[in-house]
Amino acid sequence: MATAAAQRTARTADSAPDTVDTAAYQHAFDAAVAADERIEPRDWMPDAYRATLVRQIAQHAHSEIIGMQPEANWITRAPSLRRKAILMAKVQDEAGHGLYLYSAAETLGTSRDELLDKLHSGRQKYSSIFNYPTLTWADVGAIGWLVDGAAITNQVPLCRCSYGPYARAMVRVCKEESFHQRQGYELLLALSKGTPQQHAMAQDAVDRWWWPSLMMFGPPDDESQHSAQSMEWKIKRHSNDELRQRFVDICVPQAESLGLTLPDPDLRWNEESGHHEFGPIDWTEFWDVLKGNGPCNEQRITQRRRAHTEGAWVREAAAAYAAKHTGGTDGTGEAGHETGAERA
Amino acid sequence: MTATGPATVPVTAALALGDDALVLSHRLGEWAGHAPVLEEEVALANIALDLLGQARILLSLAGDEDELAYLREERAFRNLQLVEQPNGDFAHTIARQLYFSTYQQLLYAELAGGDGPFAPLAAKAVKEVAYHRDHAEQWTLRLGDGTQTSHERMRSACEALWKFTGEMFQPVEGLDADWTRLEAHWQESVTDVLGRATLPLPEGARTGAWSAGAGRQGLHTEPFGRMLAEMQHLHRSHPGASW
Repeated sequence: MATAAAQRTARTADSAPDTVDTAAYQHAFDAAVAADERIEPRDWMPDAYRATLVRQIAQHAHSEIIGMQPEANWITRAPSLRRKAILMAKVQDEAGHGLYLYSAAETLGTSRDELLDKLHSGRQKYSSIFNYPTLTWADVGAIGWLVDGAAITNQVPLCRCSYGPYARAMVRVCKEESFHQRQGYELLLALSKGTPQQHAMAQDAVDRWWWPSLMMFGPPDDESQHSAQSMEWKIKRHSNDELRQRFVDICVPQAESLGLTLPDPDLRWNEESGHHEFGPIDWTEFWDVLKGNGPCNEQRITQRRRAHTEGAWVREAAAAYAAKHTGGTDGTGEAGHETGAERA
Repeated sequence: MTATGPATVPVTAALALGDDALVLSHRLGEWAGHAPVLEEEVALANIALDLLGQARILLSLAGDEDELAYLREERAFRNLQLVEQPNGDFAHTIARQLYFSTYQQLLYAELAGGDGPFAPLAAKAVKEVAYHRDHAEQWTLRLGDGTQTSHERMRSACEALWKFTGEMFQPVEGLDADWTRLEAHWQESVTDVLGRATLPLPEGARTGAWSAGAGRQGLHTEPFGRMLAEMQHLHRSHPGASW
């Protein structure tokens, strides 16, 4: 196909293109995107496309890492050994997802260290949902069902994203996420069908997590700055409101079979549109949490910074050891690489 | 409470091995979200999960896993004092892991080779444990032979935990093992790793008046009660509930 051929000739990564070439490259890039081809790391791409992807993938990776905290909060208190094993495995998967995503971001010419530095200094964000606290065991189930459910709704279309490394990372992430989501649902079901206290615990958790989960799809379409460009680049395939509607439509029958209600008096089926109508979202709260004023923003970033700072001597030791024994200096986390990461 | 398993399984031994795995798994679970590098989030959780898997099988041999984990009080736990020690810094966690996984690998290899009731479990677990030991060894080398700071921290951790290592070789009722030989092999292996890590072998006693065999008799250190309080709180708050 002509567009593919044009794109291939543009794969010159090393030679700095002059202005005339840039126009040709831009044309080849546009054609490749239009033809639903994948852009790969060595392909020419517009600076803004690269920057958008770095921002989005990094934010996604950061969310996996910060997202470990609200759930890890319950590892030591999980009420049965089976649930404890499931939760540990899930938190471990999240660290793994963070690693894939940092690797995907690195193909764009940045580094994990640089991205972590931006997270720690607040120059890059993570998903606001993780600024809400996990107050009871049922929150672990609500996060699995609603938060992972919303994440999957957002992420499945990313498996077809125009940037190859991101799309491929998402295939694996989505598989594991949907497994987590089913486990969360099953946890809530056990509570809902359990004692009256357990049922109340499950309902309370759903009441607290429902609206923040709907906010995970981002601002309404008419207030979403990056949406139009991202859709044009085929990084994004559906609008925020479209995905949010899809999520509500999926959740309503699931809530019914869980025997739990959703905390929205305006929620009703619209025969004509074939969708569930739902009440207004509190966008003031959304922007407030995004700006750093959520219930756990401070706590989450402080813990992340502390883990990094307190672990500095360990990373330095690994690097010093590597320099002594292999002549290299890139020894950070080497022991973990050889063992844990491979087995995960 | 009394736990009775199938007649062929020595309950004391199942509890000793199961509690070791349960308690150390719990301690490693406390690292989630706090590890020095992302690869270690994965590795520590991985080891914790392996140990939890072992604990579930072993406790199930002795009775109901959740009843045993969540409804026994401190004095009924049979784990080594070593595994209940708080995580401390990364060096403490690694020293504890090196001491324990070296012991566990030698013991499980011996049990796997026999025809006792723990042979099938040990045969499966010994592969996991070999990985745990390798992980601990790799980090002992890096910390011991890394920077001056890491060397000092690792040395201090190895020394601090040394007094809990003698308990591992107190015979356990129902476990058919040559404890003297195990202890000699353990000493040899730990001496070798510490030597390569440029770390001195701690000189203090490996048992004290209180620690020799104490955990196996239900005599624990102070941090253990607090650990159990956290672990058991939710389960105990909902008597009879299923999760």
